[in-house]
Amino acid sequence: MSKRSNWSIPYVVFLVLFVVLPLVLVLVYAFQDNSGHFTLGNITKFFTDKDALSTFAVSLEVALENTLLCILIGYPAAWILSNKQYNKSAVTIVLFIMPMWINALMRTLATAQLFTMLGITLGKGTLLFGMVYDYLPFMIYPIYNVLSKMDKSYAEAAVDLGATPWKAFWKVTVPLSMPGVTSGILMVFMPTVSTFAISEFLTNNKIKLFGTIIQENINSSMWNYGAALALIMLVIIGITSLFSKDKEEMEGGLI
Amino acid sequence: MSKFFAKLYIWVLLVVLYAPLVFIAVFSFTESKVLGSWEGFSTHLYQNLLTGQMQGNASLLAAVKNTLLIALVAAAFSTLLGTIAAIGIHNLRGRKKKVVTFLNNIPMINPDIITGVSLFLLFVFLHFSQGYVSVILAHITFCTPYVVLSVLPKLQQMNPNIYEAALDLGATPSQALWKVLVPELKPGMISGFILAFTMSLDDFAVTFFTRGTIGLDTLSTYIYTDARKGGLTPELRPLMTLIFLIILILLVIINVRQDRMNKQNANR
Amino acid sequence: MSETDKIIEIQHLSKSFGDKKVLEDINLYIRRGEFITLLGPSGCGKTTLLRMIAGFLQPDEGSLLMDGKELAGIPPHERPLNTVFQRYALFPHLDVYDNIAFGLKLKKVPEEEIEKRVRKVLKLVAMSDYEDRDVETLSGGQQQRIAIARAIVNQPKVLLLDEPLAALDLKMRKDMQIELKEMHRKLGITFIYVTHDQEEALTLSDTIVVLNEGRIQQIGTPVDIYNEPVNCFVADFIGESNILKGRMLRDRRVAFIKHEFDCVDEGFGEDVPVDVVVRPEDIYFTTDPGKCQFKAKVNTCTFKGVHYEMWVDTDTGYELMIQDYDAYPVGSEVMLYIDPDDIQVMKKERVCNTLYGTVKDEETVELLGCDFPLRSSFEAGTEVKVEIPFDAIDLMDNLDDGVIDGEVHVILYMGNHYHLTIKTEDGDSLWVDTNDIWDKGDLVGIRLVPEKGIKITKKDE
Repeated sequence: MSKRSNWSIPYVVFLVLFVVLPLVLVLVYAFQDNSGHFTLGNITKFFTDKDALSTFAVSLEVALENTLLCILIGYPAAWILSNKQYNKSAVTIVLFIMPMWINALMRTLATAQLFTMLGITLGKGTLLFGMVYDYLPFMIYPIYNVLSKMDKSYAEAAVDLGATPWKAFWKVTVPLSMPGVTSGILMVFMPTVSTFAISEFLTNNKIKLFGTIIQENINSSMWNYGAALALIMLVIIGITSLFSKDKEEMEGGLI
Repeated sequence: MSKFFAKLYIWVLLVVLYAPLVFIAVFSFTESKVLGSWEGFSTHLYQNLLTGQMQGNASLLAAVKNTLLIALVAAAFSTLLGTIAAIGIHNLRGRKKKVVTFLNNIPMINPDIITGVSLFLLFVFLHFSQGYVSVILAHITFCTPYVVLSVLPKLQQMNPNIYEAALDLGATPSQALWKVLVPELKPGMISGFILAFTMSLDDFAVTFFTRGTIGLDTLSTYIYTDARKGGLTPELRPLMTLIFLIILILLVIINVRQDRMNKQNANR
Repeated sequence: MSETDKIIEIQHLSKSFGDKKVLEDINLYIRRGEFITLLGPSGCGKTTLLRMIAGFLQPDEGSLLMDGKELAGIPPHERPLNTVFQRYALFPHLDVYDNIAFGLKLKKVPEEEIEKRVRKVLKLVAMSDYEDRDVETLSGGQQQRIAIARAIVNQPKVLLLDEPLAALDLKMRKDMQIELKEMHRKLGITFIYVTHDQEEALTLSDTIVVLNEGRIQQIGTPVDIYNEPVNCFVADFIGESNILKGRMLRDRRVAFIKHEFDCVDEGFGEDVPVDVVVRPEDIYFTTDPGKCQFKAKVNTCTFKGVHYEMWVDTDTGYELMIQDYDAYPVGSEVMLYIDPDDIQVMKKERVCNTLYGTVKDEETVELLGCDFPLRSSFEAGTEVKVEIPFDAIDLMDNLDDGVIDGEVHVILYMGNHYHLTIKTEDGDSLWVDTNDIWDKGDLVGIRLVPEKGIKITKKDE
């Protein structure tokens, strides 16, 4: 029996080669100059580069706003969808997920074109709209999953113990659905910070996001600086996933 | 009353969500180069697309072909690698299991751009010439974790004695694998394959960084380059409409089948 | 018995999972054609033993012989025995027929013969019309029959059954017990049956092997095991019983519940502490003062269908359970006696907790990896043997109040107090007498009460 655990070896080798080693390379390149010597220059360059810093701030802001909007719009939708009283067919849920199956760039492009046709100037507003449009399904789906699997007797018990339905919702249903919200945040926040094409399309290149500068640097062969920027993003991912990890483990994780 | 508002909310969201798609679909039936100006009904764009006579860049069809080819190969390899890995991980215990599961999660937590940039650096570092192979390897990297996650629950749900029962009845370990384990895992492998396939189809960032400079284009990179040039090849409109329809039909079929299966189970 | 009567012989078999010893020095032989049951609570090692016979686990030590030949090293698919698994383990992707034919097809048995044999076993398990059914559409009992059919169609020499009825409801379980017994008679092969249900074991078996904590406690026929349990564990695990502390005064004379009784046991020595078991149906009511051995007051009386179950308080302050066909009103004074034949005297496994530790200083001794406040006259560093009476251990609700944590593992009611087995976190056992009521699985803080006479001596003495 124990031999079958060896079946994980090829994949572990693969993961080391294609996941761990590349990440190590990001680290190595980030601390090297063009000629391969150790330097902190790439990191200090970022912290002294006003443009990069402001892009970074804008990215975080947009990502935060986008995540918040997705929760505000997505949670009620997920709740309604999971509630048998309002929604009996699985088709509605499929309708919400289906756009995820269509090429994101194509959808974004379509949105941008629709805005142009309607005479709306591309900018921050259209960027947020497009982002919410792209990422809303990623927020609705995990919340819906948790809510629809949740034992309804929790809320019933709260009502039985004297809570109004509204209170039962806030004190019982919402806290119990937090794992869904957390994984929704994970699926929305980081991708928003890191997108590059979407922001370009939706703002006509007026607003740059952090992903765009990484891409620009890599594409113009500034690998070391690009790697340093990627490293900074990795650090943020590390921090956000640490926050969500405890909760996930408490709930038995997503897996 | 609350039911009315609930339904209204859902339908407003859906209308907004689908508006751009419908918008594109409508304008796929006119010949105008620019979106939004209606120049009368025509199926000309569809004809162009299907016959390959493009108004714009003729490499669109090649891009579609590349996208499908890469997705198929990557999904197939991911399914194989991921299934074997899942069986291994399922039989790991304690710390080892935690470490491998953690490694498996990295490509899923990492944003595409990090996966793309880091793999780009890997290929540069290894002096690996970038092209089909590097793109496919990159796609396998971010697809396999999803296969692992689709197969693992099947292993967990499976009666652990099933494999032993086969051995007990005289099957050699490899017979037990093919006659019992694989048929049991098939649903997980299929959904893993589909997931991997769609992830690959949808990918832009990773392909963008790992495709090298040989002019390899997938649909995503094609659209990106096209849009940066300012235009949107008109034939993309019918293409998107067709993709939309295909997915719609597929989903309907899957759902109807699932519904029927559920009902069958319920009847028993 | 001749050697050829033994189909399986197990010698000095041991197995550990990591640090945990699951089976220790198991010696056992199984006779050809018998229905033998491995009985014990969960975690006693019975399933591990079965899985080693089937070949899914390898023993660490010892040998496993079948027909005189060593089984170790033979993979499960080459062993001439088949298993009925706990949760059936039917292959969900195959229908009933293909499930049963699975083993035969692998052996490349001709198709016509497979068909014949599958039909035959389906008839044997009374499932003839179910050939084409999807196994997941069958009820638990039906799946169970198919699982049995799938195993016996291969004509194994030995059929292993791992708690095959555990997932069924009570009524179905009773019916299947009768059918299994019937099947065993018809097939004439050896059945090795694993269960934690003592009633099932008593009903089905020719021989019962009682296991606990990885060791064989007793091997015998159901009647032997019920009437003459060798220790408190067996007495408590099989059937209802009054387990009491006693003293063997001399041969054929034992004292317990502060009365003296005649018994039939000999050879314990004089004035030796023993455990005594009296089954509740073996305490008789009498109206004859000459027959009366002790008096009691009826405390509760419950109708149990065939008999009444009564708890009585003896005149000496013990509680006993009595089962009788007649009910005696609650509160009434009754006269009781016990036949010498019905008193089962058992050697005490231990009279106190014996631990080994190291003296830290005058006030402290390290035991079980913790520092206990214990006064001793030995120098620091001396290795000592510490004998702790059962009542010199205090159990606390609050874990922080104890020196070490433990979990209540086994509870025995001894008539006027409870005798508990406490497992510490490291898996060591402590035995405690207490009047407090605990439940199995409770977490407790453990403290020593030196005033109750804890004896500390040098290790070697």
